[in-house]
Amino acid sequence: MSNYFYILWIPLLPLATFVLLGLFGRKYLSGISGLIGTASLFTSTILSFIAAKQYFFVDGKVNGVFQKIVALKYTWLEFSPNVAIDIGMIVDPISVMMLVVVTSVSLMVHIFSLGYMKGEERFATYYAFLSLFTFSMLGLILSSNIFQVYMFWELVGVSSFLLISYYFNKPSAVAASKKAFIVTRFADLGFLIGILILGYYGGTMDIGLLIERFTSVSSAQYISITGASFLGASMLTWGLTLIFMGGAGKSAMFPLHIWLPDAMEGPTPVSALIHAATMVVAGVYLVARMFPVFSMDEIALNIVTYVGAASALFAAVIACTQTDIKRVLAYSTMSQIGYMMFALGISKNGGEQGLGYMASMFHLFTHAFFKSLLFLGAGAVIHKIHSNEMKDMGGLRKLMPITHIAFLIACLAIAGIPPFAGFFSKEEILTAAFHENKIIYCIALFTAALTSFYMFRLYFNIFWSMEASITAQDHNNHNLAANGNNSQDNHDHGEGTWTMKLPLIILATCAVGVGFIPFSQLVTADGKALATHIDWVFSIAPVVLSVLAILLAASFYKNQNDKSNKVATAFGGFYTAAYKKFYVDEVYLFITKKIIFPFIGQPIAWADKNIVDGFMQLLATTTAKIASLMKGLQSGKVQNYALYFFGGVVAISILLMYIWK
Amino acid sequence: MMQEIPLTHILFVSTALFFIGMYGLFTRRNLITMLMSIELMLNSVNINFVAFNKYLFPDNLDGLFFTLFIITIAAAEAAVAIAIIINLYRSHQSIDVEDATEMKY
Repeated sequence: MSNYFYILWIPLLPLATFVLLGLFGRKYLSGISGLIGTASLFTSTILSFIAAKQYFFVDGKVNGVFQKIVALKYTWLEFSPNVAIDIGMIVDPISVMMLVVVTSVSLMVHIFSLGYMKGEERFATYYAFLSLFTFSMLGLILSSNIFQVYMFWELVGVSSFLLISYYFNKPSAVAASKKAFIVTRFADLGFLIGILILGYYGGTMDIGLLIERFTSVSSAQYISITGASFLGASMLTWGLTLIFMGGAGKSAMFPLHIWLPDAMEGPTPVSALIHAATMVVAGVYLVARMFPVFSMDEIALNIVTYVGAASALFAAVIACTQTDIKRVLAYSTMSQIGYMMFALGISKNGGEQGLGYMASMFHLFTHAFFKSLLFLGAGAVIHKIHSNEMKDMGGLRKLMPITHIAFLIACLAIAGIPPFAGFFSKEEILTAAFHENKIIYCIALFTAALTSFYMFRLYFNIFWSMEASITAQDHNNHNLAANGNNSQDNHDHGEGTWTMKLPLIILATCAVGVGFIPFSQLVTADGKALATHIDWVFSIAPVVLSVLAILLAASFYKNQNDKSNKVATAFGGFYTAAYKKFYVDEVYLFITKKIIFPFIGQPIAWADKNIVDGFMQLLATTTAKIASLMKGLQSGKVQNYALYFFGGVVAISILLMYIWK
Repeated sequence: MMQEIPLTHILFVSTALFFIGMYGLFTRRNLITMLMSIELMLNSVNINFVAFNKYLFPDNLDGLFFTLFIITIAAAEAAVAIAIIINLYRSHQSIDVEDATEMKY
């Protein structure tokens, strides 16, 4: 087993960049801050590829099983010999895979942002935040201790908050960032309690030890945690469900998903990095990381399964009706993450039945590439059109050929058309679902068809629909309108700089190619290789459904016609409900504004203002009053002082002589 | 042989001296005079020490030693006090105690 200590540099380089750019970026390095950030991340990416190569192909495998290697372990906070919080780095198949995903997607986004964010006033700050995010995410991946996971989890939340509110003078962005932060914080409350439950019964925070203790049925810890129960469920179920709640918050699972669509207020490359490819899969990663423990508890796994499946379907339906292209992509992300979640939920730990686990990780891997490609493509489109609305777009295939091809590839990949990457991972998920749970399989199949439909609705609306000249005309008008405000914006910047095209080309290549990686040989629940094969007969159903959905989308949206409106009218109330996102936001608003604020918030505020503050006020005013009464004593006249002194002496003398004899 | 003076007489003198000093300390505004009043009070204490030593513990010399120490310290204290008074005079152009009331609330 060789030394993996060098992977410490992978998160540390972005941290160093963050400190450097955060302190000196705006003042001294504004011109080259993007290059500094990109260069440091490029080094990290190279290092993670080296680590992946070393782990997967040189020495990760011992007797055909991939080992968990602890590359670093350092006792950080030692409360007592038994309770200590360690800082460590863990190297196993999923962490190495995530290293590759996060660094490469982040690198692409860094490069893309060089063009996209050019000329922004807070350019250096933007790169500093990107580096902070990358550092936190990499730290989260490598954490060997569940408390360490929690710390990086929060750091990720903070950097997401900072990046969503990057345009802090836009009220909607500020509101979105607050919403994201508060909703995920609420979920993290559950996560923290879950950690404490597991830590209390397990007697440790170390993930490896926790898994070891909770997976052996005869261990004292397992017996104590399953023996204790609360409200009819064992503490193991509670702990795992609460941890899943944290994961569901970050991964935007129903009903904690409401922050994700709003988070699209951030710059588009940020959406690509955080809200599509990396941070939102943190919840999936967390469940995968704790998977051996999850697999011991049927109820928690069922919750994961049904929440995942419900989110997948729910988000796909909403995505069919939205008109803001980034929101469509946001709901699509939520739907795909739902896929990953239920794939984990139906999996067993190890063996042939561990297919779901492997499929989930595979889908995470491929999804990261094609979804970041979709977002960056959308970014390029928005950069050109200066609008997020579908109706402002159309016919762009001639104006933006490279973006068009890349976007098409990504759409085919997410729709699961062979031989694009999404096909392979989605097939694995569907196979796993077919063997484990037929209901889930049906939901998944239907969602897959919906996915193809809404992705191609997006595609045709952006790149076909209207004639190119009309869009160009609109665009020129827009420029004329913008002319008064900003003369910089006047020129027609074509498809964007090469820094914007290069990531699209690289990611498109990935979206085609990564499906051919023999994933089942590398990443499985128990580290042993899993034999999988594509069963072509089995794939007929999903592929045919997807193709049909694509044809349907084409007939609706390829040329302008009113078929889609007719269908929308036919669906009537259901369509409106989906368009309004099934009123989940309204329910939240109702609960918070009508129930929590008047019945909990205001009484607490009153108590705080009148009782807590009042008590402190009372102490302060009493002290002040006594002081003002007594200050006359301090006249500054020496003789008065002498008089008091002698008075005191006389009083004490009398006391001593006559009272305390 | 003269009749011995009783202790009470001496105590009467020292008490009178003490209260004269105290009266001076409270009524005079001139710092030098106040200092002199304090000296009077110290001396009344000295008289007490010597008298009690002589009448109650004629075999011991403790009271006399206390007296000697007090005289020495009074001398040192007078030096310090006068130094302070000179400094006060330099800053306030006055040695009236009523003029130096900056240290009030």
